[in-house]
Amino acid sequence: MTDHGSAWELIANGDATLFAIVRLSLIVSLAAVAFSALIGLPLGAWLALTRFPGREAVVVALNAMMGLPPVVVGLAVYLLLSRSGPLGELGILFTPSAMVIAQTVLIIPIIAALTRQTIADLWVEYRDELAAMAVGPVGRVTTLLWDARYSLLTALLAGFGRAAAEVGAVMIVGGNIDGFTRTMTTAVALETSKGNLPLALGLGLVLLAIVVAINAAAWAMRAWSERQAG
Amino acid sequence: MRAPSSDLPLVLDEVSLRVGATTLLDRVSLRITPGAPTLIVGPNGSGKTSLLRLCMGLVGPSEGHVFWGGREVSAPARRAFVFQRPVMLRRSAAANVDYALGQAGVPRAERPARIAELLGRVGLADLAERPARRLSGGEQQRLAVARALARNPEILFLDEPTASLDPAATRALEDIVLTAAQSGIKIVMSTHDLGQVRRLAGDVIFMVRGAVRERSLVIDFLDDPVTPEAAAFIRGDLVL
Repeated sequence: MTDHGSAWELIANGDATLFAIVRLSLIVSLAAVAFSALIGLPLGAWLALTRFPGREAVVVALNAMMGLPPVVVGLAVYLLLSRSGPLGELGILFTPSAMVIAQTVLIIPIIAALTRQTIADLWVEYRDELAAMAVGPVGRVTTLLWDARYSLLTALLAGFGRAAAEVGAVMIVGGNIDGFTRTMTTAVALETSKGNLPLALGLGLVLLAIVVAINAAAWAMRAWSERQAG
Repeated sequence: MRAPSSDLPLVLDEVSLRVGATTLLDRVSLRITPGAPTLIVGPNGSGKTSLLRLCMGLVGPSEGHVFWGGREVSAPARRAFVFQRPVMLRRSAAANVDYALGQAGVPRAERPARIAELLGRVGLADLAERPARRLSGGEQQRLAVARALARNPEILFLDEPTASLDPAATRALEDIVLTAAQSGIKIVMSTHDLGQVRRLAGDVIFMVRGAVRERSLVIDFLDDPVTPEAAAFIRGDLVL
């Protein structure tokens, strides 16, 4: 139980190392969510509204990719960014940028797949009404994205939860460098193996608190939006 | 952004509509001209909704031709549609009207005045900021009419707009429709309520099983129907 006590002390005393790690984790995962949203929201909406040969296969593949193993994504991005890889020139392997890229790749399928489902359902409801108002293709996408905003926020939160909790991808492309690319999840893995259980536990508690807070926010958002607009 | 040419007369020439093996409309020929409201009556499944959707241009005919003011291709710039179960956008009542005005090309600066005028016209001025999906059925139906009128239409189609409304809400909606008709908008509306036909109609299109069986002025239709089906429908017998 002394480990628990020390962990609380680290959090309560605002341990600098611990908070630097928490800060980097949040920045990386939030940036990944932002980039994934930029790609995943339009991609999902486009898949929901267009018909082309092979679309079903793309949708199935996208849904399957929601469960991409982070280590596989990490390995793929590693190969892309390594010295001999196609993007090796950038020299960003083992930097936070590489971690953002890996997590973005990891959660684009989640955000795109959830967006596609949400927009497809809403489109069935809105199709005739928008046709009667002569709304064009671009207007349709923006209207549906806006009117599905509360559901889509839930999709973004799901993506954030996935990014914040994964360890494999950031470990491989970030390298878990102390003070530079060390995140909550990689630090927990390292500190546990080193036997530094207070720091590992402290980080674990913070991570848990963030995940719980995210889910509470998602739930509250839904409840609020149902009261507001239904 | 009003289209330069008129969508009237609306002419259907031997129009059929099929979905798979089902014939929804069977060689319908019609001419809809400016004037008093045209009401489409007939039992459920007689093709009233299909006819309205075709007239609006939401679906194309399987056979035959539809002409709006002589043109076979016409964007619905001067036509508006009120669905039986209108879909409220997930925004306030005022924002719903604002959206329709925007789609109709009304400049942003002119919209607040138009929104106030349109909401006043349908008696929803006090509920402008209420989320549209929290409105009652009758209020939603009136908001749908406001949204349709925002398009400044030449023809307004309404698909059984009072089917699920109580008498007070029905009266409110009929008053709005009559006012619109008096302002020169051509009303084309389906109903299975003969009282509504008596109150609103100038002329009547009577449909059975996807075909137009009777087209006459409302007085002639109600007092002196030509076909036995129409006579039975007016008597209140079940027409299948």
